[in-house]
Amino acid sequence: MLSVSKGMSRWVMHYLCLIPAVPFAASLIILSLPNARRGSAAALAVTGQVAALALSVLAFLPTLQTNGFRAVQNFTWFAFGDNALRIGFVLDPLAAAMALMISLVGLCIFVFSIGYMAEDKNFVRFFAYLSFFSGAMLGVVIANSLLLLFIFWELVGLASYLLIGFWIERPSAAAAAKKAFITTRIGDMGFFLGILWLYNRSGTLLFYDSGKGCLESAGLAMLGASATFIALLIFFGAVGKSGQFPLHVWLPDAMEGPTPVSALIHAATMVAAGVFLLARVYPLFSLGAVNGVTSSLTVVVWIGVTTALMAALIAIAQADIKRILAYSTVSQLGLMMVSLGVGGVAAGIMHLLAHGFFKALLFLGSGSVIHGCHGEQDIRNMGGLRRFMPVTFVTYAIGMMALSGFPLLFSGGWTKEEILHDIGHWPPSRAPYYLMLAGVVLTALYMTRQIIYVFLGKPRAVAEHAHESARVMTMPLIVLALGAILLSVVLTPAWPWLYAYLSGESVHFEIARLIQPMLFVSLVLVSAGIGVGFWMYRKAGMQDGDRPSEIDPLEYAQPALFRFLANKMWVDELYAHTVIAFSWMAARLSDWLDRYFWDGLVRGFGAIGQLFATFTTGVDERGINAGADETTVAARGLGRLMSAAHSGQIQVYLGVIAIGMLALLLLYAWLA
Amino acid sequence: MVGMITAIIFIPLLGALAVWVWPQRNCRVIALIFNAISAACAMGLWREFDATGTGMQFVERHAWIPAINAEYLVGVDGLSLLLVLLTSLIVPFAFVAGPTPGGRGFDATMLVMQSALYGTFTAQNFVLWFLFYEMSLIPAFLLIKIWGGENRDRAATKFFLYTFLGSVAMLLSFLGIYFAKGTFDFSALASLGKNGLLTGKLAWFAFAGIFIGLAVKVPLFPFHTWLPDAYQTAPTGVSMILTGVLSKMGVYGFVRLLLPLFPNEIKIIGPWLLVLAVCSIVFAPLAAWAQRDLKRMVAYLSINHLGYCMLALFAVAASPTVTANIDTHAALSGVFMQIFNHGITAAALFYFVGLLEQRRGVRGIRDFGGLMQRTPLLCGWMSVAIFSSLGLPGLNGFIGEFLIFKGAFAITALFTSIAVIGLLVTAIVFVRTMQSLFSGPLAEGCSAFPDLLRREKLVLVPVTLLMFAIGIAPQFMFNIFNMTVVHMTRLFG
Amino acid sequence: MTTTLQAFLIVSAGLFSIGLLAALSRRHAIFILIGIELMLAAANLNFIAFWRFAPQPHQPTGVMFAIFSIAISAAEAAIGLAMVIAVYRHYHTTNVDQFDQLKG
Repeated sequence: MLSVSKGMSRWVMHYLCLIPAVPFAASLIILSLPNARRGSAAALAVTGQVAALALSVLAFLPTLQTNGFRAVQNFTWFAFGDNALRIGFVLDPLAAAMALMISLVGLCIFVFSIGYMAEDKNFVRFFAYLSFFSGAMLGVVIANSLLLLFIFWELVGLASYLLIGFWIERPSAAAAAKKAFITTRIGDMGFFLGILWLYNRSGTLLFYDSGKGCLESAGLAMLGASATFIALLIFFGAVGKSGQFPLHVWLPDAMEGPTPVSALIHAATMVAAGVFLLARVYPLFSLGAVNGVTSSLTVVVWIGVTTALMAALIAIAQADIKRILAYSTVSQLGLMMVSLGVGGVAAGIMHLLAHGFFKALLFLGSGSVIHGCHGEQDIRNMGGLRRFMPVTFVTYAIGMMALSGFPLLFSGGWTKEEILHDIGHWPPSRAPYYLMLAGVVLTALYMTRQIIYVFLGKPRAVAEHAHESARVMTMPLIVLALGAILLSVVLTPAWPWLYAYLSGESVHFEIARLIQPMLFVSLVLVSAGIGVGFWMYRKAGMQDGDRPSEIDPLEYAQPALFRFLANKMWVDELYAHTVIAFSWMAARLSDWLDRYFWDGLVRGFGAIGQLFATFTTGVDERGINAGADETTVAARGLGRLMSAAHSGQIQVYLGVIAIGMLALLLLYAWLA
Repeated sequence: MVGMITAIIFIPLLGALAVWVWPQRNCRVIALIFNAISAACAMGLWREFDATGTGMQFVERHAWIPAINAEYLVGVDGLSLLLVLLTSLIVPFAFVAGPTPGGRGFDATMLVMQSALYGTFTAQNFVLWFLFYEMSLIPAFLLIKIWGGENRDRAATKFFLYTFLGSVAMLLSFLGIYFAKGTFDFSALASLGKNGLLTGKLAWFAFAGIFIGLAVKVPLFPFHTWLPDAYQTAPTGVSMILTGVLSKMGVYGFVRLLLPLFPNEIKIIGPWLLVLAVCSIVFAPLAAWAQRDLKRMVAYLSINHLGYCMLALFAVAASPTVTANIDTHAALSGVFMQIFNHGITAAALFYFVGLLEQRRGVRGIRDFGGLMQRTPLLCGWMSVAIFSSLGLPGLNGFIGEFLIFKGAFAITALFTSIAVIGLLVTAIVFVRTMQSLFSGPLAEGCSAFPDLLRREKLVLVPVTLLMFAIGIAPQFMFNIFNMTVVHMTRLFG
Repeated sequence: MTTTLQAFLIVSAGLFSIGLLAALSRRHAIFILIGIELMLAAANLNFIAFWRFAPQPHQPTGVMFAIFSIAISAAEAAIGLAMVIAVYRHYHTTNVDQFDQLKG
């Protein structure tokens, strides 16, 4: 093993937060650039990603030193009242491997984007978002607190929202972005409740805190029976993010984003977050396990099985090159979930890492195809592209073999066998095992169909003018293809280095272990899938003429089934007519209640007041006011009468004085 | 530093006078100068404030109306200081919110309102507090009635009658308390309240009066129907103050008056209060979803955000068992953070709606479209405010909401779980709004929009920076009120 | 026949009545003034008569009153005539029926 000095290890821990911080900083700087500085934007983004990769490698080194290496750096985020909320970063094999994969695959996608997005007028903004996306995802993997993980998790959601809706002038892109954000947020609300519950029970959200963390024995002991519910709530968040049934509907729509974004979402970042989350908080799921089975893990298994099969079936009937890959992602994620559910954490993560490479390869390959075909995405309009785009074809074929799980040569084969091996030993039921075997056949089938339609046969429609993509786009493809193959070196049962690394065991080389029964099972199944594919689509894909084959062989044989699958099992329609319609009705109802019922009550009270006012007005007008009026009228009359006496005639006045005097005299005389 | 609070309260009044006698043209500048002076005083108060002290600081006590035992008594603790700072921030923000056809009358009225707000948040005696409380109501009424938009007469009257009736109920309750206990002093009443302030029917009447008065102000479901009308009609700057600061008077009243004075009553009807809070949280964003008018939509979301504050407060006060320290601390800290965050975020949202309305002349959601192509800066900055409002981590809104939910969940898991629906629906409403405003083809009538002007950017930079600062490193905010939280926990516990 | 107080008073009353009659019935302002003078004369006669028949006639109290009264009535007559002339200049008449400026 490599030897790493203590000092460096400490240095790495101290600067661990730089891994997400560098892409974030790059993103901020790019965002402030003017639209014309395309070169600087791309350079900055790539530099940031290279720096993140270098830091990830640096962080990777200390984890090689000892088995089950784990270092944390915790600090107080803020103090409220006299309590403190602590968060932190963790470096362990899981985090280091994920960070390495994300930054490496991310870098390939960044470079590819320089070519793919060259024509776009918002080039600069695109790279800002990409860097942000990568930073957020790197943050998720090194977080040592469920809260910090949630924070980066939400930022991943934000980044995906921005990128899926990147071509914002397209209404469909905006709708897809909205759908992705809201659907994942539904899951996130469950996750949020899980966090609250966990925080409430264990008093900390730190995963590892020298024995006091919520994933360590002391913290777990405080959970008791609530662990199942907490685990399920957290799993709900993962269901949303990783596109598991029933929240898978956003993932295929997310294809509205530019293809590099699809690659990033489907390979290295967003969807991987859900699987990673499960692996990270696995002790919560396995708490109190009997024979490696708990009720929460059982739920995970069945959700995973449902998703994997459903998505694989739907993929067979899709015509959009990216949509097929999208459903294959959903399906593979389901497989990873099953793997985690049956206890094969290391196997699941291995598949996640391998999947990161070959799925990125496939998506970028499809991007190259779309680029070469001038934006065409319908595989029925392609065909024969192997002659025009040789590099793309070869790399794509490698990716396809890896995804199908072809044994021996391709990374995906080894990890899939490992997973199937684990599923096969799940005590409660054998059903997942057989269903997943069927899934393997289906995967090989739909990938064969895609290859036939796209690359083999004669060119149809747009394919005649196709051209190979520029080197800046093909280079990442080659790198990723090499990755998809070379990763096998550390995956084989003969030298299961990655498995040992992730599960903290020591490893030694033993060639005899290379040959396992699962190898043959796998070989048979994948060959069967590919064979059936060639047999089924031999005519459809190979046929001549300018027109695409109108009828899919499956549609010819089973029209109802095909329609069912082509329409994505009508899940979207089901939601539109139930959940969404119901919510919208609730909104309208609330508005109506507010306008008419509650405000009506208020106005009713107002009306009572008005009634009272009318009454008092009446009393005032008829009673009090009338009396006052009468008095005034009388006073006025009296005044008029009196004023008549004041004629202004001096002699009248004199006479009155005289009469008065006389009267006084008489009075005096009478009194005397 | 004694006299500082009085200075803060009366400087805006002087400003109103100055604006009134000054020539019409420069009145906005004069108003802003006086704003700056009072903000500087508030900053000074913050600087001098002893973050480790629990009690009231900078107390000023003078005889005022000896006959009814009413003193001029002002002072600040962490909560009051927080609100004073918020007022100092939002009022200038509202002043620069754009040209309002008010002239000096408008500016002077706004300054009078500012003075009243400062007074409300610092008064420590009911009579003085009530004076300022009512003093803020009249300028608000005038501002809506004279300078409002469509339907202003109806909205202003509704606003006035609603809040005024609430105030009357509250005044009557307090008179009842005064005749029973002989004091108007908040701290004296709070210490009496620990063992039940009043008994029997009188206690319930007093409780109901104060509760209704404050619930109208917040507003709490179902006393909220004045709010959409008032916010929709008021000029942008006034809406910003109404939602940013005025609504906080209600929450402040709950913390300062109702919870300390009636602990037993709240415990008895606690579940019902929680139901009301959850209704605020769930129904308001649903109603917002159905709105076509941007301002009205933001108004409804305001109800939702204040609902979170109510949820946490009621949870703390109504908890039948003794709650753990950390939960009460989390809930109260969350409420205080939320008060401040909602103040700046909602004000910023109203500001953006105002900008859109200025440019377009109308503010229906469907009148806009494709703005991202025409005004990327405006859209970008507005998105920050929107994401802050829907509680995206990394921005200010998340901190308060997380703490509120943390505290409330520990006490009443059921109600809090239902309240999570509010978070979801808020997100739906905002994302839908962004979709119809920013994306798609450029709408008719939006093609001549200018992007953010330099003046507008200058206004937005500090507010947005503050959102990020609180979202990423919120400790400086917590320092203001941490000791107050500890003190209040003891009071409620 | 001895001269008694009564005889003087009767003459004085007659004189007063004639003056009053003149002041009330004549329309010409000058005649009204003359009537007033007659009433004043009646009053003076009363002063002298009451003085003459008083217990201490040697003190000239009544004479002094009469002398003052005559002086005042002279002044009053002068002012009255001046006012009549002023009124005449204004209204071009001395007929008091047409003066109703005092009307309320």
